[in-house]
Amino acid sequence: MNRLFKEYEIGDFFDEMFAAPGVVRPHYQRLARRFSEMADGEFDRKRLLAEKSYLNQGITFTVYSGDEGTERIFPFDLIPRIIPANEWEHIERGLIQRLTALNLFLHDVYHGQRIIKEKIIPEEIVRSAKHFRPEFMGFDVPKNIYIHICGTDLIRDRNGVYTVLEDNGRCPSGVSYVLENRQAMKRVFPKLFARYQVRPVDRYAQDLLGVLRYVAPHEDPEPTVVVLTPGIYNSAYFEHSFLARSMGIEIVTGSDLVVKDSRVFMKTTKGLRQVDVIYRRIDDDFIDPTVFRKDSVLGVPGIIEAYRRGNVNLANAIGTGVADDKVTYYYVPKMIKFYLGEEPILPNVETYLTSDETDRKFILENLDKLVVKAANESGGYGMLIGPCSTKEEIEKFRAAILADPRGYIAQPVVLLSRSPSYCEGTAEARHIDLRPYILCGEKTSIIPGGLTRVALRKGSLVVNSSQGGGSKDTWVIDENGEPELASPSQSQSQSQSQGPAQAQRQSQSQSQVH
Amino acid sequence: MLARVADSCFWLSRYIERAETNARILDVNMQLMLDFEDQNPNMLHQHWQPVLATLEDQELFSKHHEKITPDSVMEFVTFEKKNPNAIISCIAGARENARTVREQISSEMWEQLNRTFLYLRDGMARADFQDSPIDFYRGLVDKLHAFQGTSDATMIHGEGWDFLQLGKYVERADSTSRVLDIKYHILLPSGEQVGGHVDITQWMAVLRSCSALEAYLKTNVGEVSSWQVAEFLILHGEFPRSIRFCANQLNNALHSISGCEAGYFSNEAERLCGMLRSNLNYTTIGAIFEAGLHQFLDQTQVHLNDIAMAITETYCNWMDE
Repeated sequence: MNRLFKEYEIGDFFDEMFAAPGVVRPHYQRLARRFSEMADGEFDRKRLLAEKSYLNQGITFTVYSGDEGTERIFPFDLIPRIIPANEWEHIERGLIQRLTALNLFLHDVYHGQRIIKEKIIPEEIVRSAKHFRPEFMGFDVPKNIYIHICGTDLIRDRNGVYTVLEDNGRCPSGVSYVLENRQAMKRVFPKLFARYQVRPVDRYAQDLLGVLRYVAPHEDPEPTVVVLTPGIYNSAYFEHSFLARSMGIEIVTGSDLVVKDSRVFMKTTKGLRQVDVIYRRIDDDFIDPTVFRKDSVLGVPGIIEAYRRGNVNLANAIGTGVADDKVTYYYVPKMIKFYLGEEPILPNVETYLTSDETDRKFILENLDKLVVKAANESGGYGMLIGPCSTKEEIEKFRAAILADPRGYIAQPVVLLSRSPSYCEGTAEARHIDLRPYILCGEKTSIIPGGLTRVALRKGSLVVNSSQGGGSKDTWVIDENGEPELASPSQSQSQSQSQGPAQAQRQSQSQSQVH
Repeated sequence: MLARVADSCFWLSRYIERAETNARILDVNMQLMLDFEDQNPNMLHQHWQPVLATLEDQELFSKHHEKITPDSVMEFVTFEKKNPNAIISCIAGARENARTVREQISSEMWEQLNRTFLYLRDGMARADFQDSPIDFYRGLVDKLHAFQGTSDATMIHGEGWDFLQLGKYVERADSTSRVLDIKYHILLPSGEQVGGHVDITQWMAVLRSCSALEAYLKTNVGEVSSWQVAEFLILHGEFPRSIRFCANQLNNALHSISGCEAGYFSNEAERLCGMLRSNLNYTTIGAIFEAGLHQFLDQTQVHLNDIAMAITETYCNWMDE
């Protein structure tokens, strides 16, 4: 075994690469061989090469401290994560099922609210969700698609079972890193690529553009599509501009757009030009100061009125936040059964609700053992990891839960799987998750792999980039892995090309059965 | 094209050109200083003060430095972030604009510019500067030329490109007029004659500042005189840094953007540019000297400012809504 892995410790976790100490899983064997052929210092040189290329290309995010923002590169780990074909097929079916259910839920919750009437989800949960938009009750979105772009965070538990940690149905970010990480890997490890059949990821931008055109408000063969960004000071600006460039469309800021006669126009050198579809990377709250937050300077006054009148479409739709709320998350497996009549292919993490009296009692008694999350926070903020917290922090959360029982959920500490990461000359095990990107248009498609985020700090379970996380390239390969790791619910099959329009019909016929 | 994007292309290009001009002026002035044997503080002051006068940075300079010395001027014009016209500020400004129009320019252009920015921001540039300021400035000019070449070879020559040309030629015409005007600010040491040794050396430095010495000598074999240098830098039809050449390019880019037929105008920027162009096409160096070279250059700068304002007004004015 090569020097890199000589002192590698698997620990008491599921390890992506090693089945047992010194035993490499079959789909990682060629990788291990390639690394063992490497000369002294070669890995370090490759790492510096990759970092330099990220810096020169300006693939950076902005960190604010004090009055001057500094640009940093998102730490990149050169040891890829490999997902064999059979595991990926399982993930894909599970994610398509889940997003189909979420889109049906959103349509229902903004129309008949059958799911409430049939007591699957308490009305109170929906009504009190921070991002529920009752103003949009009865509003029809083009093609009934609410979440066009979804980033669903998956983890693997101690037995290697892929489990959903959360859904991101508002403005999921990070996909540009998937594409750039792949470019970097091809540059530094060309030979390794030749040894694996890695499924390509570079169709993403074209698929995204296809989705955006498909949901244009009128049957227009050449709709004008733009990316709306908060601006260059936004930490994800690189990604916004990357996507616009890759799709070959304009990137606009709020001040580039103007609304006249309930139509949205961009201000060009040749006058006003109408816009049909906006891939907006601005949250609901900031998109229109005349409707939502009055103090927003990022938005476009009047854009919501244009949207209501069907003159422009927004991706994702307004109000999708009710579906990725952390309390709603608890109900997603129930939704899947309710709307699709299927068992969930990908399970949720076991979750307790502070709003439920029995659960709350249990949570308050076990705060030191649980992970508590604020229902409406993201990015690793508003979170308590019981076993790693001080008494003070725990008491703070206890008070917060008692003050706002709707505001939190709790989960057991999930022992995220680990994967070797390069740390100062040697490989060490670090916790990882996976964020695949799901596109929902005429059909639902998923970019093979997704963003594998790594908690680079030793022992840390938090993979967010704002909290010291990095990423690694994720390879979906054509060969199968160990069969025993696939989940028991595989018999539930569903056509991958099923779009929401079909699913909609399906659910209606089901409702007659109820 | 988005109005904001047009504005950013215009300024991106102006900043690049401005940084190049600064680097060139500092390089030449440094060399010129080495030609003079007498380096007492008073002489050095006289030698570097015109640089600040040319760049119109005197007031800000005196807020940051007590004395005009070679080091203080070079520091101020190269690395001083508080000076909005310093090379480092220009490159940062160019990059900031480029960041907002990355979908317009090519990745190669962006990377070339970004590398230059990182070079200046991180320690590398400072180390090179300390080794040899002259090599440092030349290296910098090379990097900026590489940006121009990359732009030419990788970007679609469409509307975005035309706005880059507008920025480049407005700024370049302005720079040439300022470099030429530098001679107005330099006092000949007492006892020196117009047309004497020092005078000629200074005019040659002016040519070098515009990378024009070799081209000039081909046109005016063996002779350097104020009259001919000014004629070359103002009126030459093919030299890419002459004011007339810049005005013609400016005019072409404007007409390419609007699609308006040559010889006519469809907006204020085209009208003003057409006037500047025909003035330069139909005047003589004799007429310019008769009216006063400094006055002529001053008017040209005002005229260029008016054109730049008219461009903004015509194409980018949505921004002020």
